[in-house]
Amino acid sequence: MASGFPSRISRRQFGRMAATLSAGAAFLPLIGGAARAEPKRGGRLRIGSAGTNASESWDPATWGLSAIMGLGGFGCIYNNLVEVGSDGTLMPELAESFEAAPGAKTWTFKLRSGVTFSNGKTLTADDVVASINHHRGPDSKSSAKPIVAGIADIKSEGPDTVVFELEGGNADFAYLLSDYHLVIGLAADGKVDWNAHIGTGGYTLTEYEVGNRALLTRRNDYWKSGAAWFDEVEIIGIDDVAARMNAVLTGEVDVISNADIATVGRVKARSDVVVEEVTGTQHFTMPMFTDVAPFDNVDVRLALKYAVDREEMVKKILNGHGKIANDQPIAPANRYYDADLPQRPYDPEKAKFHLKKANLEGLKVDLHAADAAFQGALDTAVLYSEQAARAGITINVVREPNDGYWSNVWTKKPFVMCFWQGRPTEDWMFSQVYAADAPWNDTHWKNPQFNKLMLEARSELDDAKRKQMYGEMQRLVSDDGGVIIPMYANYVWIRRAELTHGPHLSSISALDGSKCGERWWFA
Amino acid sequence: MTGIARLVLQRLGLGLVTLLIVSVLIFWSVELLPGDAAQEILGQSATPETVAALRHQLNLDQPPMTRYTHWLQAMAHGDFGTSIANGLPVSKLISERLGNTLFLAAFAGIIAVPLALMLGILAALLRNSLFDRAASIFTLTAISFPEFFVAYILILFLSVKLGLFPSISNITPSTDFAERIYRSFLPALALTLAITAHIMRMTRAALINLFSLPYIEMARLKGASQGRVVMVHALRNALAPIVNVVVLNLAYLVTGVVIVEVVFVYPGFGRLLVDSVSKRDVPVVQAICLIISMTYILLNLFADIVSIVSNPRLMHAK
Repeated sequence: MASGFPSRISRRQFGRMAATLSAGAAFLPLIGGAARAEPKRGGRLRIGSAGTNASESWDPATWGLSAIMGLGGFGCIYNNLVEVGSDGTLMPELAESFEAAPGAKTWTFKLRSGVTFSNGKTLTADDVVASINHHRGPDSKSSAKPIVAGIADIKSEGPDTVVFELEGGNADFAYLLSDYHLVIGLAADGKVDWNAHIGTGGYTLTEYEVGNRALLTRRNDYWKSGAAWFDEVEIIGIDDVAARMNAVLTGEVDVISNADIATVGRVKARSDVVVEEVTGTQHFTMPMFTDVAPFDNVDVRLALKYAVDREEMVKKILNGHGKIANDQPIAPANRYYDADLPQRPYDPEKAKFHLKKANLEGLKVDLHAADAAFQGALDTAVLYSEQAARAGITINVVREPNDGYWSNVWTKKPFVMCFWQGRPTEDWMFSQVYAADAPWNDTHWKNPQFNKLMLEARSELDDAKRKQMYGEMQRLVSDDGGVIIPMYANYVWIRRAELTHGPHLSSISALDGSKCGERWWFA
Repeated sequence: MTGIARLVLQRLGLGLVTLLIVSVLIFWSVELLPGDAAQEILGQSATPETVAALRHQLNLDQPPMTRYTHWLQAMAHGDFGTSIANGLPVSKLISERLGNTLFLAAFAGIIAVPLALMLGILAALLRNSLFDRAASIFTLTAISFPEFFVAYILILFLSVKLGLFPSISNITPSTDFAERIYRSFLPALALTLAITAHIMRMTRAALINLFSLPYIEMARLKGASQGRVVMVHALRNALAPIVNVVVLNLAYLVTGVVIVEVVFVYPGFGRLLVDSVSKRDVPVVQAICLIISMTYILLNLFADIVSIVSNPRLMHAK
């Protein structure tokens, strides 16, 4: 990612968005202009966070959306080889530098010298190899296994050099190593003891109650300068959205994630708290099996895509805290987002035209939905069925239980609701969900041209050519793919006014890419 | 007294059998839920290979009967086992939260039970008076609203508007006692409002029932004071139904407070149970449910003993 989101919008694109979004839609806070005080040390950052879970584990192989693991483990205790900065640039972190051999098949990472773990041991290449290997191999249970699947071999060359051999060239390989599962822990005999939570990050864990609370204390010997400003970081799990809102409004915590978008507007007038939001890569999807009738007919898919009123969805489901999407997963925050791809409008007539072409007028389909897919998924499905009715399509919304949604409904039923966090690179997103052999190909879409382009683009180093290739792939997914992507959802959070940060905010995830413990400070 | 001792032993023995049956039911209920721990832990990011690998690591690929027997064997040796989801000892996961839950239950109980009894007695004495009606209306209104609504109302007025109490009760092991009381006050109040009506109405009904009996009239006629009539003559005979309803409500305080926990972010074990069920974490679910069953068994036993002791006729069963 070349830069933060605001600068990535071209003027033309901005005009179009401004025209299409309703007047009340919230834009990004303008955080660039005002002069800011220099960061200073001290204080305890208390984060009230959604998504803690009493079943969470310190093993990064199982890190899902647990807030303590994301904000505390990834954000405070550990470092990665590389990190994506607030402004979206890829920077070396534990690596001092990295380079790819021509063809991008062999990658060499030189480690920073003098980096120590919280127990005083020095970081070596063996720690890196063990930490990455933890996710690889036939016995791996890791959620990150598909991310590291392209690695053929990792070896250390001396104490400060790690060499990755890939199965095939991948120009974006370094980005993958910024993934939050791929943190570097202290290894002994080729294994990392994750329950010891010893990392190279700016904080160490001092108190921990499973799924409920974590207290982290700053290390005085943190290798990174100009980072980790707080004396302590406390993460408090607050699942109930009203409790979360109250906690930040009464000053019980300094910042909350996942603000209540229905009431956040009322909070904006207050001077003691600040509402912030970022449009990242997070998007809501409705995948359909492209090998199952009637979805195997591209005209049916197009009819269903034309039958979505995206603007109404952003307005009613997201209360304006999001942006309309175009049936493809690459977001404006991504590097090779193709702004020239025409936005698909809500056009019941065109939907009817495609249905007629498919000879399937009066189409009736079941859409399986539960709020486990994302908050508001059921409402989205019901709203969609109303919109589609105007195109003569009957969408029967089947309510599914939240419990077990990912194992029993998603990838099992032909037309469902789903959500994706999005990925910092195009190849990462495409190869995990849209490639023919992708582990999470929830549409069973197998487009030969797309798959050919994906392999070519992956090892292509010429920027202009890549942009053209990824643009073509976005068009293919949008026009031929089996997924309706109505909208990108903003990350919305609320902080106390005395808590502050630099001029940019990461668009990868909420709270500055989960790194607020390291990057923010008290004014 | 040996009769009582025998009864207690007998009931404890039956309690153990009940626990065994409960454990079988829980195990099979969790088995019947769709999906297993491996799928639930990996969630959306599961692939067939990673699920298989995780299943193997967690011994979930063994037949259910084998897993249950293993669990039972360990349990018989006093070992609660380790959590499937995070590998921590179950006893460690539960002990802290169990302590918090019991603390909150005790706190709410200490406020609610005397308050409800007092209101009940007064209401019975001042039957159909303004006080009686007001007390009934207030407590019945409080119990009619769902708990979370009462909780939000309390937060809105006592925390957000007046700033008297914190809106979240995030107590930690290092929180001292006074701070604990202060931070748990709102959840305890919410729970008090939830159970007061039940106990109060039962006390009132039981007493009013007795007041119409000849022996109370006799006591009044012989000139016993109002207090003596209630405390010595009436209350003793009303004890059995009152203790039963008090115990039922105390058991509820231990087991049914998930919603209040969530709203006040109180670290009790209700949420642990919900999370564990959703992750199919059988050892944790088992341990918590057994504790809950045990609470019910012991409290009921206690209520029965009080009933029997307060009514000697029951001691000499035919």
